[in-house]
Amino acid sequence: MALESRVHARKLVEWAKDRPEVVVFSADLTSSTEVDLFRDTYPERFYSFGMTEQNMMSFAGGMAREGYTPFVHTFAVFLYRRALDQISMSIAYPNLPVRIFGFLPGITTPGGATHQAIDDLAIMRAIPNMTVVETGDATEVESVFDAIQPIRGPVYIRQLRGDIPRLFDPAEPLQIGKSRILSQGEDIALFSSGICTEEALKVTTALRDAGVSVYHAHVNTLKPFNSQEAIEIASQVKYGVITFENHIIIGGLGAAVAESLAEAGVGKRLVRIGLQDTYAHGGNKAYLMKYYGLDALSLVRRIEQLLGRNLEIEESDLQITVQQPVRSASKAEDL
Amino acid sequence: MKEATLTSWQDKTRQIAQGIRRRVLDFTIRNNGGYLSQACSSAELLATLYTRIMHIGESQAPRIPPPFPGVPSKTNPHYFSGAAYNGPHAPEYDRFFISPVHCALALYALLVELGRMDAQGLDMFNKDGGTVEMIGAEHSPGHELMAGSLGQALSQAAGIALARRLKGHSGRNWVFMSDGEFWIGQTWEAVETLVFYKLDSVGVYIDANGQSADGKIETVMEIGSLKDRLTAFGARVFEVDGHDVESLAAPAELPPDGRPLFVIARTNPCQGIPLLEERRPRLHYVRFKDEAEKQRYREFLMTLEGGTHGA
Repeated sequence: MALESRVHARKLVEWAKDRPEVVVFSADLTSSTEVDLFRDTYPERFYSFGMTEQNMMSFAGGMAREGYTPFVHTFAVFLYRRALDQISMSIAYPNLPVRIFGFLPGITTPGGATHQAIDDLAIMRAIPNMTVVETGDATEVESVFDAIQPIRGPVYIRQLRGDIPRLFDPAEPLQIGKSRILSQGEDIALFSSGICTEEALKVTTALRDAGVSVYHAHVNTLKPFNSQEAIEIASQVKYGVITFENHIIIGGLGAAVAESLAEAGVGKRLVRIGLQDTYAHGGNKAYLMKYYGLDALSLVRRIEQLLGRNLEIEESDLQITVQQPVRSASKAEDL
Repeated sequence: MKEATLTSWQDKTRQIAQGIRRRVLDFTIRNNGGYLSQACSSAELLATLYTRIMHIGESQAPRIPPPFPGVPSKTNPHYFSGAAYNGPHAPEYDRFFISPVHCALALYALLVELGRMDAQGLDMFNKDGGTVEMIGAEHSPGHELMAGSLGQALSQAAGIALARRLKGHSGRNWVFMSDGEFWIGQTWEAVETLVFYKLDSVGVYIDANGQSADGKIETVMEIGSLKDRLTAFGARVFEVDGHDVESLAAPAELPPDGRPLFVIARTNPCQGIPLLEERRPRLHYVRFKDEAEKQRYREFLMTLEGGTHGA
């Protein structure tokens, strides 16, 4: 499977063509958030704000009150940390249809702690009226536009940029509140999101070969979270539940699953894989995933702990999910 | 020795500035990309701060930057500050705070030029597990603050300056900023606070290169006259040629007068490397289009005084 590039850039231009109410906002990261193509195609619907995220969010609230639909773009980390009060009071409280696209989720950037959105899901989930979505592949990056269109309030989309894999059939678009069931099994329930789903898919075959039966669900809607689905899946497995996310273990997918199971009285062991209540630092994605235990082998080790036995799965057993480009035109360093 | 005594501080500073450009260009070629224009605009400014303006001691850090020590926490006793490269903290010494840490590469090159860091340190730039981070963090050589979410360093430096005043320190506090940061509301909140508390131990040097990630600043968000704005806020403001080391140094020689000092250094993001002019208006991050372009930069590097440098 090959990687696809600039999926967001192309889809936004196509999707917004006959939607004159859609306006795009940028905070001096126009090509870094893939809205340069939109700017060049519909310059009259593109607004540049410089590094004024607080102002940009409240401004978006203002335009939304007048019937426009601002699609606000910046790095995820800058929108919820720099402009949280503005998101809450200017957008979320009045339940305005502002679409907030945050790029560079978690440790997908070499920019270090100042550029890594590691707690965005926790914070955005805690905002009343906010819908929270995270995409995991090219199909979801494209289909999230249609999926969120009917939502009458604000939506936060944890979006991918650059070279991204297509893991899912384009004929099966992202649906709000509905997970993708990637495998069914009786031993372990695995809930993964974002880039961690691709990572989990690397070990699916090896786990099956080792005799471990995994019920694997890819979650794209963190809020409203489909508790019923999580409860049903978790209830079916013998050994326990694993959540796997590119985020701190507090407040994100692991927390949403934990809350659902506890409220329903489902007594299963739960292992939350994610950043363990720590900031990260700069480095390439593969290094950081390994360093912080978010890679496929770390998942195997945690499954072993849950099962209480060694599966003898090593690096060489991992399945290559996508073909890496020799040299990418995408600029991981362009921050 | 004889030569050293004959060299004026101006010449020495200019040489160091040129060394920053040469090292960053060399690195950018080898890495097939880099923050090159920031080095071109800030070279004299940074060199003048370190060689002429700031009163700082010898580096307290290892010449070869140590590996990433983990982030600060209750359970991590190993964390260290990159500020040790700027000498010891002492009441009489000045402090340095870099705000636009996308210029980290230029600062690292300067530390090498000054002998505060080994040239090997530059090769560790953006390497996994290292501290010579692409976007400088507070464990990165020459850095003291988390500043990569832009516009926060000035307020932090103001807090440090107030604390140092309470403690009776005589050392001054120098902040290196970019003009794009003057879009940000917090920057102006910091300016009004500096004025309100009469923090004249704070001196801000602004690399006004007119550039941001998206291109020319006035096409992204207009900020008008920085000098007029800062003056209206009550700051002491000078606007100088940011490539003229004497003009850069002069405002810092004036005795503080109760107002925070702001020096707007008008700079050219292509200064010293004319090839960059072709890339306008987008100069934020330079990645060569093809081998031919890279070769032209390589040839230009060879023409610079000293040519390529060894480790």
